[in-house]
Amino acid sequence: MGDEKAEDSLAELSHATESLKIEGEHKENGDTVKTEKVKIDILLKATGNAPIMKKKKWAVDAEKPIGWIMEFVKKYLKLEPDEKLFLYVNQTFAPSPDQIVKNLYECFGTDGKLVLHYCKSQAWG
Amino acid sequence: MANDREVLREIWDGKLPICFQLAQEEIMEIQQPDPFYVMVPRLSYFPLVTDKMKRHFLRYISQENADNEMWLDYNGQPLKWHYPIGFLYDLYCGHDPQLPWNLTVHFMKFPEEILLRCPNKDVVEAHFMSTIKEADVLKHRGQVMSTMQKKDHNQLWLGLQNDKFDQFWAINRRLMESHGDSEGFKHIPIKIYSDDGVCNQRLVSPKNTDGSRKTLQQMITELYPDKSNVKLRTHGVVIPHDTPLQWLSEHLSYPDNFLHLCVF
Repeated sequence: MGDEKAEDSLAELSHATESLKIEGEHKENGDTVKTEKVKIDILLKATGNAPIMKKKKWAVDAEKPIGWIMEFVKKYLKLEPDEKLFLYVNQTFAPSPDQIVKNLYECFGTDGKLVLHYCKSQAWG
Repeated sequence: MANDREVLREIWDGKLPICFQLAQEEIMEIQQPDPFYVMVPRLSYFPLVTDKMKRHFLRYISQENADNEMWLDYNGQPLKWHYPIGFLYDLYCGHDPQLPWNLTVHFMKFPEEILLRCPNKDVVEAHFMSTIKEADVLKHRGQVMSTMQKKDHNQLWLGLQNDKFDQFWAINRRLMESHGDSEGFKHIPIKIYSDDGVCNQRLVSPKNTDGSRKTLQQMITELYPDKSNVKLRTHGVVIPHDTPLQWLSEHLSYPDNFLHLCVF
């Protein structure tokens, strides 16, 4: 855990590319028809000192970059602009902010969803 | 295991001659700066090899921009610092090789929507180590990286940064071993890029369902069932279709432990 400086800088890489427009599950209208596989279910889990998100499961556009999800979580949690947020796959590695959700889901998705852990300080490696 | 040491060495020693020129509109001196020529390792990253070049051009630009983050483009295409240099060349010049590679240097108008920020080399290290961990999750469920010591992780990074083959491979060989009763990795860390730079990452096994070694051709048939004559390039080489994926991964992966292949 000696390289917090490096990890801090990595978090700074993220930037919002678009306005927030993340869609929840459409279970309220009972619509279970999957329109193409353009949305991917992600599960956002808090770790360490990060606040828990009331709604953890989201369906996101498969082409969205990870940096966009980081910005979304920061806004959802109402973090200050200078607060850090770290996002991890498999509780192991921090994906690049320009990696798209689809690629991670293809390789690391389990049970039809991609699990992402988030925290406000460096958690893994 | 990565046994073909000559191949590893050949890949490691791959270099590209680059000609850097300062963007014309950023030159503030009457005297034009000379272009800056340098040979760089294909396996390295631009932020690790451009300190001297940056100093060369700094005195020709407006001083108010001197603290800005430098960035590069090829033919108007901004270059992502977090991709290996040799891969960027294969992606944008592989079909029409030109040497030296002519790149333009900028200190203004950082393309935020395309490039990630890279304020210092620690950011490159964090990206590099994280990518190796991702590769190890694919190959060994992350068990090799998690059982290594911090100094081993450092040695991988320093080996790359200082261009020390032996230092790097003393540790990297452990990442190239097969585990358990199986010959080969669980999955092959592989990123395939189309010529617009879009990256496609899929779960690829080194074996066919009958247990035989999967070749590049068999992977291509799986990933592109309706396309014929798909070719893949890496390290400036068009990969023969009968190459086994496991061998390819052990010998032609970049130091970040991923195969970076350009499809054409």
